[in-house]
Amino acid sequence: MFRQLRFLFKLTRAHTIARRYFVTNGFDGALTMLGLTMGFYSSDSVATTVIISACLGAAIALSVSGLASAYVSESAEREKELKELEQAVVGDLENTAHGRAARWVPVLIAVVNGFSPLLMALLIMTPLWLSEAGIALPLTALECAIVTAFLTLFMLGVLLGRVSGQFWLWSGLRTLIIALITAGIVLLLGR
Amino acid sequence: MSLIKRVVLDVLKPHQPNALEFAGVIADRHSGCRVKVTVTEVDEKTETTVVTIESSNIPYEAIVETITGLGASIHSIDEVEVSSTPQPQA
Repeated sequence: MFRQLRFLFKLTRAHTIARRYFVTNGFDGALTMLGLTMGFYSSDSVATTVIISACLGAAIALSVSGLASAYVSESAEREKELKELEQAVVGDLENTAHGRAARWVPVLIAVVNGFSPLLMALLIMTPLWLSEAGIALPLTALECAIVTAFLTLFMLGVLLGRVSGQFWLWSGLRTLIIALITAGIVLLLGR
Repeated sequence: MSLIKRVVLDVLKPHQPNALEFAGVIADRHSGCRVKVTVTEVDEKTETTVVTIESSNIPYEAIVETITGLGASIHSIDEVEVSSTPQPQA
């Protein structure tokens, strides 16, 4: 099963698309969480449970949006490509590896696209849950979540750097600067 | 009964899987087969190839299934080498 999926990914060269979606939507998720946590940070004290609910709601919405949008757009693209290929080889490709790829690759890409923002969001929300569970943190729960968001965005930049062959630190710093600008804007408008 | 020792096929296939992967899948699925793929023409979405398969006994129908399963179509059988099975001694 796993070998077959790997073959379909290889056949359609979909691994690059999946990687791109993972970073793009993961970045969306992390930045949304940063915006939310910064918004709560700049307002008067809000209960951690309220922050968790708001963040979880946003994360689920982002995840469902990512899942649905990627599936709809990818399946349309794959269907179009399959039809063009069928015209080129003058045959029906429904029951071939290309037909299976047209059916399964959009599902896999949708899963990657849907789960990457959820994964990032859950990671950023971890300090909030730890605090709720009574575990002592070096900073307040919200501050820890903000630091985690910065770290997550930096790591996404590092990952991008490794993919593009750029120096990882520069690439990581670039996404960190974007995060700092976002946080600055939220703070500025929140006051 | 005859045994197929060598078959040369004119195959039109999509660019993916590429010639290396294409030959690899055929060889993987039919152990004992030696597969050679020569790309003779490249178009926008397809490539024309000459697929040469050699084995002590080529499972031709299964090979056709594998090739078509990869999205390719066999245009013609260009060359075959068949031998008869030795008759058991009385």
